[in-house]
Amino acid sequence: MTGPGKLALHVCQGTGCVSSKSPEIQAALEREIAARGISGRAGVKLTGCHGFCQRGPIVIVEPEGIFYSEVKPEDAPEIVRSHIVEGKPVERLFYKDPASGNAVPFYRDITFYAKQQRVVLRNCGHINPEIIDDYIAAGGYRAERKALLEMEPEQVIAEVKRSGLRGRGGAGFPTGQKWEFCRQAPGRQKYLICNADEGDPGAFMDRSVLEADPHSVIEGMVIASYAIGATEGYVYVRAEYPLAVQRVGIALRQATERGFVGKNILGSGHGLELHVKEGAGAFVCGEETALMMSIEGRRGMPRPRPPFPAQSGLWGKPTIINNVKSLATVPVIIDRGADWFASTGTEKSKGTVVFALTGLMANCGLVEVPLGMTLRETIFTIGGGLLGGRKFKAVQTGGPSGGCIPASLLDLPVDYDSLNAAGTIMGSGGMVVMDDRTCMVDIARYFINFTAQESCGKCVPCRQGTRQMLDILVDLTQGRGRPGDIELLQEIGESVKAGSLCGLGQTAPNPVLSTIRYFRDEYEAHINEKRCPALACRPLLSYRIDPEKCAACGLCKRACPSEAIAGQKKKPHVIDPAKCIKCGSCFDACPKKFGAVVVSSGETGAQGVA
Amino acid sequence: METVTLTIDGMEVRTQKGASILEAALARGIYIPHLCHHPDLGPFGACRLCLVDVNGRMLLACYTPVAEGMKVSTETGALASIRKMTMMLLLNDHPSDCTVCSKDSKCDLQKVSAHLGITKADLAILRPARRENPVDTSNPFFDRDLAKCILCGICVRTCDEIQGAGAIDFGFRGSKTTIATLWDRPLAESNCESCGECLVRCPVGALVPKGAKEPSREVRTTCPYCGVGCQFFLGMRGNEVVSSRGYRGSPVNHGELCAKGRFGHSFVNHKSRITKPLIRKDGKLVKTSWEEALTHVATRLAGYKGDAFAALCSAKCTNEDNYVIQKLARAVMGTNNIDHCARLCHAPSVAGLAQSFGSGAMTNSIEDLLETKCFLAIGTNTTSAHPVIGLRIRKAVRNGAKLIVANPREIELCRISDMFLRQRPGTDVALLSGLARIILDEGLEDREFIAQRTENFDEFRKSLEAFDTATVERITGVPAEELRHAARMYATVKPAALLYSMGITQHSHGTDNVLACGNLAMLTGNLGKPGAGVNPLRGQNNVQGSCDMGGLPNVFPGYQRVDSAEARLKFEKAWGVALPSKPGLTLTEIFDGAINKAIKAVYLVGENPVLSDPDAHHVEKGIKSLEFLVVQDLFLTETAEMADVVLPATSFAEKDGTFTNTERRVQRVRRAIEPLGRPDWLVTCQIAKAMGAKGFDFQDPAGIMAEVASLAPQYGGVTYDRLEGPAGLQWPCPSKDHPGTPILHTAKFNTPSGKGKFVPLGYIPPKELPDDEYPFLLTTGRSLYHFHTGTMTRKSDGLNVLHPREFLEIGPEDAGRLGISDGERIVVSSRRGKVEATAKVTAASPPGVVFMTFHFAESRTNLLTSPHLDPVAKIPEAKVCAVKVEKA
Repeated sequence: MTGPGKLALHVCQGTGCVSSKSPEIQAALEREIAARGISGRAGVKLTGCHGFCQRGPIVIVEPEGIFYSEVKPEDAPEIVRSHIVEGKPVERLFYKDPASGNAVPFYRDITFYAKQQRVVLRNCGHINPEIIDDYIAAGGYRAERKALLEMEPEQVIAEVKRSGLRGRGGAGFPTGQKWEFCRQAPGRQKYLICNADEGDPGAFMDRSVLEADPHSVIEGMVIASYAIGATEGYVYVRAEYPLAVQRVGIALRQATERGFVGKNILGSGHGLELHVKEGAGAFVCGEETALMMSIEGRRGMPRPRPPFPAQSGLWGKPTIINNVKSLATVPVIIDRGADWFASTGTEKSKGTVVFALTGLMANCGLVEVPLGMTLRETIFTIGGGLLGGRKFKAVQTGGPSGGCIPASLLDLPVDYDSLNAAGTIMGSGGMVVMDDRTCMVDIARYFINFTAQESCGKCVPCRQGTRQMLDILVDLTQGRGRPGDIELLQEIGESVKAGSLCGLGQTAPNPVLSTIRYFRDEYEAHINEKRCPALACRPLLSYRIDPEKCAACGLCKRACPSEAIAGQKKKPHVIDPAKCIKCGSCFDACPKKFGAVVVSSGETGAQGVA
Repeated sequence: METVTLTIDGMEVRTQKGASILEAALARGIYIPHLCHHPDLGPFGACRLCLVDVNGRMLLACYTPVAEGMKVSTETGALASIRKMTMMLLLNDHPSDCTVCSKDSKCDLQKVSAHLGITKADLAILRPARRENPVDTSNPFFDRDLAKCILCGICVRTCDEIQGAGAIDFGFRGSKTTIATLWDRPLAESNCESCGECLVRCPVGALVPKGAKEPSREVRTTCPYCGVGCQFFLGMRGNEVVSSRGYRGSPVNHGELCAKGRFGHSFVNHKSRITKPLIRKDGKLVKTSWEEALTHVATRLAGYKGDAFAALCSAKCTNEDNYVIQKLARAVMGTNNIDHCARLCHAPSVAGLAQSFGSGAMTNSIEDLLETKCFLAIGTNTTSAHPVIGLRIRKAVRNGAKLIVANPREIELCRISDMFLRQRPGTDVALLSGLARIILDEGLEDREFIAQRTENFDEFRKSLEAFDTATVERITGVPAEELRHAARMYATVKPAALLYSMGITQHSHGTDNVLACGNLAMLTGNLGKPGAGVNPLRGQNNVQGSCDMGGLPNVFPGYQRVDSAEARLKFEKAWGVALPSKPGLTLTEIFDGAINKAIKAVYLVGENPVLSDPDAHHVEKGIKSLEFLVVQDLFLTETAEMADVVLPATSFAEKDGTFTNTERRVQRVRRAIEPLGRPDWLVTCQIAKAMGAKGFDFQDPAGIMAEVASLAPQYGGVTYDRLEGPAGLQWPCPSKDHPGTPILHTAKFNTPSGKGKFVPLGYIPPKELPDDEYPFLLTTGRSLYHFHTGTMTRKSDGLNVLHPREFLEIGPEDAGRLGISDGERIVVSSRRGKVEATAKVTAASPPGVVFMTFHFAESRTNLLTSPHLDPVAKIPEAKVCAVKVEKA
């Protein structure tokens, strides 16, 4: 469909854009082009995620690089008529820079993209993931050919070791070293598993790669299997990712047909039989030993390590489990060389890292940056700063088991070791930005609630400890905090970290411990004053109406669901605290020009501006 | 054994390589707190209490193998605080009603809590946990109180690793995690086998026996149910049997028991036990004194000396009981008319294997099965009929052994089998010979073994010409490819053990089936080696022993033929009387004899032929034709009700003696309670003495065994003193210094030539096959929860809950065609009778085949079964008859 001199309309078909009707946009564009009989001048192409999901659905017109955001199916005729037929790009669909308010027509000029360095996401948004030739045209399977036909497995391992690639699942163990353990482990039968059981709320890095560039993962697996000597492999992907499952399936079929996977690959003598195994959605199944239990058909529950999977893994055989992004990086390392890869990043953290940037920011989405970029640059330059000019309060990295980092540490470089030292983790790459309206006690409660629910229940510290921390935090956010609770939380948290069986429990207390570390005053306010400084913990709030400001319009009274507001025409209204359920409806209902509803928290009546 | 030296808390500890730090410490007497570790199970690492410091790293003692020079500290400040917090969290989630918990003082949670010194004040700082779990009372034998469960996973792993049932697993997540069955249904609705193995391992009060009564004393003895011969401690309160606890030292069961062995002993103290002799007066059985009863029996029997008399001894009774019964028959009554229910189960094994190998018994040992690499289980529903042997198979398969199941029905073992050969009933000779033919065609036979250890191979090879694979496929219904695959597996994965039971023997060509088993094993050299062999699994607790004791019409104790002058002379000399030389009648012939008035009087001990024997109408007619019937039993059985005199017998719990299990292991039975009747051996001796006979003045069973040892060469070295050990003695044990024989035929066979004999065979179809009038093939078998005619098990309320009534198992297609739905009452009829049962629609039954047990007096399956006999062993064809099925 694409050819020289011809425009290609790349329509994003990642899960985000699909859910906001991008297939209809694609169909509408195709219809429009066909109706106008201009298929010689323009074609429509399905691609995976471009990463700028907040602005989806996205259509990019290549080779010009015109970037349309928040496109609707009904925009299709205008795009075709104006842009393709008349050569006038549709300005109203351009991205507008939140800071300047200026329209930015070109993809490359958008700050969200400008500062990124896309290695893992190299093909995402550019190729059609359902057509293998698109991948091959982009240099795909070149590395596989090189590795299998020109390199010994040991050389492949050496190259990956030299690249400094560390596991992108979050723990950051050197990938080449892990492969070497497995290669050296005795036994003829070895397994390779791609861990695509991405479970962090708000994280979609792995999903996007699988949806947008599945062949890069398959190619990485073939190279890895050759390196470690595995002849059978699994892509363990959660069933909640139907589009990823579908695209991996298509890619696998095509790659098998072309001889890139299967028996005697490219005549090298190496074979790899690949299976796609759908996980049932337990968060813990992202933990490698639990994941293997799940593949074996048992309940996904971790077992202690050692023995590590590289020695005794799936069905007791040496097994390598790599994250999607690690595997998608491998072809680039082989193709462009370890030196090229290692030229990016820091001394101990080489290459790039993919984040799912979410929270209260101007630009949310999937970003890939060199390791070592500061949080500040990531959040304020790429992310475009906070929405509505709110004040930055904290950023949480590493998913629900990560810690919260305060503004004072914004210049921290993002790499494995710096994050660990700051009490958080790289994790699989979630990054949640919070503003000053976020209560850090409540956020700790929110994350521990997630891990407490997702704990597999096997080991005592994780099962009971996360639950106990949750109970205490619930008490805190509801005004039932007791003196000593901070110390108790720390004591339990440290025991759970040190005593838990797997990574889930060992990191679950991070949100609690890091918020105590950086925002202890908020905990103290909750316990000692029953006050929520961020005015977020509803049970700790009180609402009253300032009689001076009340215009007696009656809007608050009508909005109150619990009939807690009394008042008549021309008389200031009054909230009965006994009936008030602190829902905030009156506050929302009170016209801004009056601003008569005052919300406050704490026995001292300290007021906040909500 | 390679050893490793490490230091634990500064103490040098030498231990076995591969042991965990925890095992090493515990063995050295160093306690490290732990809750989820169990010595029988693999490590789990869930409770996190056994964390120790190893060279500065915190590691789990249960999961970390010892290493040379390792330095372990079991106590550091960091460890103490983690352990304490972990334990506090666990206790916070546990009820504190210890004083009314039946595990009080035996609870591991209490132990660890005390060790760590957890106080009430410690717990007070925590938010109380809120776990609500109703108690699951659905199992008739034990309750599950999940509020007390600490989720150590020991029950889950026991069910998986030991029992292989997989009835339970962890369910749900987070603090809602609990132990659950599939779909979280009550235990009774799961595939729980009620073995109670989880119950005995639960470290807290989450799994407790119903109405738990701690015994005030215990006696080690042998299980009275199947032929496995599990050892347990029978627990008593006063004169009541209240518990049984597996004996871990036994090589037979290593402490494991099935539902019957653990929970099925309430029959002992059951209110319906007969405690006074009964005598028929005016057509009614009335209570009488022992003196009157014994005198009456002695007087009447004196009138039937010779071949008008027959004795039926009992595979449920001890060796000593059986020995005196056959001695009474032969030495006092002057007849070889003695037989017992072995006729209905393994008579073809005795006859067939004697022909092939010279010895009609299991060639290998139960423990041996763990060394087996390939099982061929044909005609045995092992997990139901021999549950603890079933566990060995499951364990071996878990460890990588191959399993081939040959059976018309999809039995439980098929769940874990590598191959399931679904043969048509009664086609075993074709199947086994077909496998042999493929092995020979493909050159997979053991030529060296054949050349050196066997004879008659060429004739055998010739006989296989009839068994080309296409023919065998047509006869058996097993696809050719499966036959080839199975043949290769059995012939090449060694050692291979052939296991069989009544699916082989209860046929009109049962002896041929047994010979075919022997042929196949010899062909592949799978004899005389650990993990190999031909292993008939015997049904009754002492069916091996009752045969050994001469409870058969053709042999004296020790399989010495009555028609051998030499043997007769030996016994005449020992017993001081002249003995008959003519082999007596078999069980089946005895009832025929009764009908045609050749047999007039029968002394029947511990059997219930009216229910147990095929073509029960015929048996009943035979019994009614007798002039005099004495029945000696625990209960007024269906047969006893027809007797002239009923003598109260005693159960295994009330007498001393020995049972010989399926692997030829002679084990002690020990008196645990005051007898409710009189020990059977004593009753028989008293009858003999009342008839004026000599040689019955035994003081105790040990004295009887001494006489057995002097006459039966296999038992030559067996004495009660030697049986005190944990393992008993496996015959042949010819002399006092002989250690017994775990594996037969290691160097030579027991045949006159010392060689194993191949026997050429032809295929003979079952005698009664379905036709238009009786379109279904009925095959019979046993349930896990009942035994034989239910005389014992049906006295257990719990077992009756688990298997309350007779079911006819029928395939879904057949049921659909007849409009029969699951649970519906149906009538099954054959040419000989009809019974009612409840339909159980299950794919376990192949099309055209239905299945019933014979445990239920109200659904007398044996009214239906076929009277056709095997010409050699005279066993009736209980496994195949033609029936029709209709709605009731």
